[in-house]
Amino acid sequence: MSTSALYNDQGGAEAAVEAGQESTPTSSGTGAAFGLFSTDFKKNEDLKEMLESNKESLKLEAMKRIVGLIAKGKNSSELFPAVVKNVASKNIELKKLVYVYLVRYAEEQQDLALLSISTFQRALKDPNQFIRASALRVLSSIRVPIIVPIMMLAIKEAAADLSPYVRKTSAHAIQKLYSLDPDQKEQLIEVIEKLLKDKSTLVAGSVVMAFEEVCPDRIDLIHKNYRKLCNLLVDVEEWGQVVIISMLTRYARTQFTSPWTEGATFDENNEKTFYDSDSEEKKEQTEAKPYIMDPDHRLLLRNTKPLLQSRNTAVVMSVAQLYWHLAPKHEVNIVTKSLVRLLRSHREVQFIVLQNIATMSIQRKGMFEPFMKSFYVRSTDATHIKTLKLEILTNLANEANISTILREFQTYVKSQDKAFAAATIQAIGRCATNISEVTDTCLNGLVLLLSNRDETVVAESVVVIKKLLQTQPTQHSEIIKHMAKLFDNITVPMARASILWLMGEYCERVPKIAPDVLRKMAKTFTAEEDIVKLQIVNLAAKLYLTNSKQTKLLTQYILNLGKYDQNYDIRDRTRFIRQLIVPNEKSGALNKYARRILLAPKPAPVLESAFKDRDRFQLGTLSHSINSKATGYQELSDWPAVAPDQSVRNVEVIEPVKEWAPLVGKTKKSKSDDKFYSDDEEEKEEEGSASSGNEDSSSSSEESDSESEEESSEESEKTSTDSGKSSSGSENSSSESESEQKKKKKTKKAPQKKSKPTAADSDSDENGNGPVAQASSSSPESSSGSETDSEDDSDSDSLAAQKKKKSDAKSKPKVEVKSKKEVSLLDLDDFSPAPTNAPKSSFLSSSLLSDLEGLSLSNISSTMQVTTPSFGPVKTYELLHHMTGKGLSAKYHFPRQPCLYEPSMVAVQVILTNSSDHSLEEIHIGERSPAGLNIHCFNTIERLEPEASVTVSMGIDFSDSTQAANFQLCTKENQFSVSIQPAVGELLMPSTMTEQDFTKEQGKLLGMNETSATITMATANTSSQAISKQVLSVANVGVVSSSQNNFHRFAGRTVSSGALVLVSLELKESSSALLTINTEKSVMASMLLRDLKQALTQA
Amino acid sequence: MIHSLFLINHSGDIFLEKHWKSVISRSVCDYFFEAREKAVDPENVPPVLQTPHHYLISIYRGKLFFLSVIQTEVAPLFVIEFLHRVADTIQDYFGECSEGIIKDNIVTVYELLEEMLDNGFPLATESNVLKEMIRPPTILRSVVNTLTGSSNVGDTLPTGQLSNVPWRRAGVKYTNNEAYFDVIEEIDAILDKSGTTVFAEIQGVIEACVRLTGMPDLTLSFMNPRLLDDVSFHPCVRFKRWESERVLSFIPPDGNFTLMNYHVSSQNLVAIPVYVKQSISFFETGPCGRLDITIGPKQTMGKTVENMMVTIHMPKAVLNANLTATQGTYTYDLTTKVLVWDIGKLNPQKLPNLRGSLSTQVGVPKPEDNPSLNIDLKIQQLAISGLKVSRLDMYGEKYKPFKGVKYLTKAGKFQVRT
Repeated sequence: MSTSALYNDQGGAEAAVEAGQESTPTSSGTGAAFGLFSTDFKKNEDLKEMLESNKESLKLEAMKRIVGLIAKGKNSSELFPAVVKNVASKNIELKKLVYVYLVRYAEEQQDLALLSISTFQRALKDPNQFIRASALRVLSSIRVPIIVPIMMLAIKEAAADLSPYVRKTSAHAIQKLYSLDPDQKEQLIEVIEKLLKDKSTLVAGSVVMAFEEVCPDRIDLIHKNYRKLCNLLVDVEEWGQVVIISMLTRYARTQFTSPWTEGATFDENNEKTFYDSDSEEKKEQTEAKPYIMDPDHRLLLRNTKPLLQSRNTAVVMSVAQLYWHLAPKHEVNIVTKSLVRLLRSHREVQFIVLQNIATMSIQRKGMFEPFMKSFYVRSTDATHIKTLKLEILTNLANEANISTILREFQTYVKSQDKAFAAATIQAIGRCATNISEVTDTCLNGLVLLLSNRDETVVAESVVVIKKLLQTQPTQHSEIIKHMAKLFDNITVPMARASILWLMGEYCERVPKIAPDVLRKMAKTFTAEEDIVKLQIVNLAAKLYLTNSKQTKLLTQYILNLGKYDQNYDIRDRTRFIRQLIVPNEKSGALNKYARRILLAPKPAPVLESAFKDRDRFQLGTLSHSINSKATGYQELSDWPAVAPDQSVRNVEVIEPVKEWAPLVGKTKKSKSDDKFYSDDEEEKEEEGSASSGNEDSSSSSEESDSESEEESSEESEKTSTDSGKSSSGSENSSSESESEQKKKKKTKKAPQKKSKPTAADSDSDENGNGPVAQASSSSPESSSGSETDSEDDSDSDSLAAQKKKKSDAKSKPKVEVKSKKEVSLLDLDDFSPAPTNAPKSSFLSSSLLSDLEGLSLSNISSTMQVTTPSFGPVKTYELLHHMTGKGLSAKYHFPRQPCLYEPSMVAVQVILTNSSDHSLEEIHIGERSPAGLNIHCFNTIERLEPEASVTVSMGIDFSDSTQAANFQLCTKENQFSVSIQPAVGELLMPSTMTEQDFTKEQGKLLGMNETSATITMATANTSSQAISKQVLSVANVGVVSSSQNNFHRFAGRTVSSGALVLVSLELKESSSALLTINTEKSVMASMLLRDLKQALTQA
Repeated sequence: MIHSLFLINHSGDIFLEKHWKSVISRSVCDYFFEAREKAVDPENVPPVLQTPHHYLISIYRGKLFFLSVIQTEVAPLFVIEFLHRVADTIQDYFGECSEGIIKDNIVTVYELLEEMLDNGFPLATESNVLKEMIRPPTILRSVVNTLTGSSNVGDTLPTGQLSNVPWRRAGVKYTNNEAYFDVIEEIDAILDKSGTTVFAEIQGVIEACVRLTGMPDLTLSFMNPRLLDDVSFHPCVRFKRWESERVLSFIPPDGNFTLMNYHVSSQNLVAIPVYVKQSISFFETGPCGRLDITIGPKQTMGKTVENMMVTIHMPKAVLNANLTATQGTYTYDLTTKVLVWDIGKLNPQKLPNLRGSLSTQVGVPKPEDNPSLNIDLKIQQLAISGLKVSRLDMYGEKYKPFKGVKYLTKAGKFQVRT
């Protein structure tokens, strides 16, 4: 009970009990402690009676009092048996209070706690999700090792629960179980892996937290979820955002190359990275090229930026640190304003933010200089805030603003807070050394301060002056004299010592004064502080060497005093000095050098910021704040020299079904052809990149992988015209055969998968099964994506059609591959692959995103939502024929992805092909009409070789009208007017909503906003899959799950204005159906109706 | 993450403790008490402390310390922000956040803490969600509860928790539908001795009180949104709409909330509503000094300045003040050395003046520095930056709500150096 003594002043008796109990965590010790305090004992006795009574209200009252006791830290553990009986109570409040009690004491009363377990097990099966969740919460909070297996089971079950709230709870339980029994790690990681795939924003934060706690090093689990996490981030609750951002920061540092390579103009701290990458470049001999940011890297930066506007300071700070650690140097500045804004927040927030700004401002003055005035100190600030502000102001000082800062400092020096005034003087000293222009001004100012009345101010000034004088001692003997005069009035030891040191060091400049000072000191030697005594000895020695005539006796006197001093340091020093300076027969060679030793020119001290070395810690972390490594701190790794394989982040994307007229062909090989475009070349390139190991080829493969899907259709068309030119190397055929083998493997797999039920929600299902497919083939996911797609979206006949068409295309694949490959190897870097690739990442989540951002209040089931792929067939349109285009031909199609550049734009991909025999240069977009047309152009293509083709992305804001966008496609020599006219269905983007929401929204869009028609469906189109397929082929809308079989609903929004477009199709008897479109855009509605009607009535 | 929480009052008693993981002994607070003692002023206690096995992160609010115990690396702001959120929630529930209130409602507070964190990770911090799980006490409800035996604890999962709008509870019904917005601007300024502005900026906040039935979707637009330099929003505000159209579009939480904070850049000239003529001097000879302060209106846009108040933290050496005020009253607190002059409404015809002598301690050198003046004021019906709400539209519901916007300008950290 020794600890209890500590508490006498504050905790009183209960605290003693608490402490006693702490020292013996099992309950045995507590009973004894309790006996001491009979009042508590009696009280508890009546509580027990109340708990055992039949009246609910009495029980509740008792539990409230008990919880009150717990809250106050008093012990009530001996009530455990009485309390635990009520665990199955019907009264929800009573139950909750019992839970609270149980969690608190279960650890101490393990055996009794086991009695309650069965209740929780039952509750885990309760239909009410809230009860399931809280049962799991309590069960996992009971720290009893015996129930680990039960917990494990419960967690696994809950992780697959339909309710996202329960899944969230299971993510929390993972951490609890892990801390209870770390041996379960492997099993828990499996659960984490599963939960990471969860698409619910509710779960994301918690599972990442569990990941960070259990297996922060398993970065491989993140790959597949990276893009999803980036895209969900905005909608995750604020606390989850903080955790996810910090995890992604670490992730990004291991996966992307440094964006700082060119920013070498900055400070010394980055030099290292600069040189690193430099040498890497040399090694590889590949890059004299500009750095190209990985699109995933860009995705992260783009998606975190809006969070700077969060009201939660922790979120803002974590985004700021993400930008600091990941963004290219010129982009970091955008966080400044937000950080400065945080300074208006609570004192504690200010403290942390200022610390981080201090570290940042050392490296990047420019970031905060415009906001200098925000760091001005107010007299009401807390001292540690003041010091930090001062630190930042000092860091920000430069030639231009130093006068303002010094004027400000003058006010601070006079502050009543003397500690702060002293810090200001230090700061002035730092400014003076850093900015040579003001050194003299500062020095004069400091000298004036020497006459200050406050001791600490004077002392601090002396110390700082000493340091300043060291840098330029020649001109300042006046100041030294002045200080000598002041010496008698200064009592602070440090200051006295400093003056003495100055005297000694520059005794030759003040030959008259120095001996006199020494004389005075000899008198007071015994009364001085140790630090002063040491300097007296020092001064004496130096004077002895320079002016032994006057000071010999004095020196000897002082040395004698020192010899018998109480402090051994001083005795040592005295003995040493005596041997060194006083020549005698025993003294050795050193004696000769005494002068050179003692009066050696000394380097001036560098006045540095206390935050100088803080940047070794990640900003915003606890470790940064306390400036030492906290438990569990994860180092940020350095950028990798070569980016690891980027394709690991690719998620199975559902490949658009190609709309293709069935043609004759060998069905047998058809499947392989299908793959041939979509991933064979990609495979090849991947291999290439693996062997050459260079960065840009891998990035090009990235591109082609997204390209290939969309392109394959017209590629094959093109081949027919190009066929003659193929001179096909043998390598191609070999690679082809190799690819065929792989394809065969896949064809075998496909039927297996097919047997699985395909429902509308197979998307999420597929996600779960994804890894199987991946594991079995090393090829990138797009292949498996296309498989699943065909099974999801198309019925058997479309599959057949696909096969056929592929086989047709197959006849000339070699040319295709070859030309393609050339392009990517030679030219692709110039085309900046970024835009083409990124959209892919958001493919799956796009519908989710639009769902989340929307007004629709999707309820509970929304997270289990049917993200039916919104991809219909891709139609390609001609933009420029190669005859009119003098060899340049262009085709475009709508990839149906959210546009990268601006949300209101429709993404358009243009495939440019050079069919002439000379290379085309400077392909770009020229004038456009209507004049106000908002187009995001692709970057100018410097050079397009003959036979090569390239895909570029554009964004066009059609303002929700089908009016054609006219613009000029220019090469170096020619200009061609072209126009893109979008089908009305392409002006939409899918929106996901539940049936209820759909009906609700539909209810708001009646009357004028409703357009409908009765149509006669083609017989082929009566199955629900066929209908979906047809509708999706016409319009980019999302399928809304429907509980009625004869109802089909689709929802979308117009891209530009975001107006809802709701399509519903009610099947009636025979083959007639009622097609209804609800939207405020009535023109669009009628056009869409026409298109849909056409699609559905045709066979 | 957050391991335990201790609430400590001004005199250093722990009156509430809550552990989210295993129990940590109170003795860990000793390190905090040590630092508390060293800091003298509670404001000066460092928010982050390191002890051999734990890290202590604390905030000081309403004369209470909220001290959390951390065992592993975590972003300190995460914890600080959360602690403030706890204090906000208590304030929201019980009207104020003080020791007495917490002690009176200790069970409710404990239940709240239980819901807010799970295993140290925030679970529900939205006040709308919490209020559905644990209903705030009202007199009526407590009467009903005692009669019927019903409880304050909800038995279903709050709908907000699961929806896309976690900040709003479902099924809200009002007979009077109203939405009020208060645009409150604070002037942060430092004026130097001669009255020139060293630094001035405007910090604004839009506080909303929305009581609307159903799921209203509101759009608030400004006449001059360009004024706003930097903004932060309640999570309900759609950031994309703001980016593209500069309007605030949101589904509001139910009840009171802060819609947005904004900052009007210091590049714009900030109108300073009052001027201060002051002279404070201490005489070298004799233990006394003189004080003379006059305040007058400067740029008030024709509005009256109300609630004028001047606060001066006198140097330690000042023993007493013997002053006369032409308007309002003054008090001098002998222990804290704070002089407060409460002026009230500023009358432009007859400028308020405070003058008289200060007696200082004998034998102590005269104070080095003159104390600075902290000014408080209020101007009703004026947003000093000129920001104006142009309109508020409601979509998604059929009824017509009652709408109102109020403007108010206050002095924030308004300091005059002397």
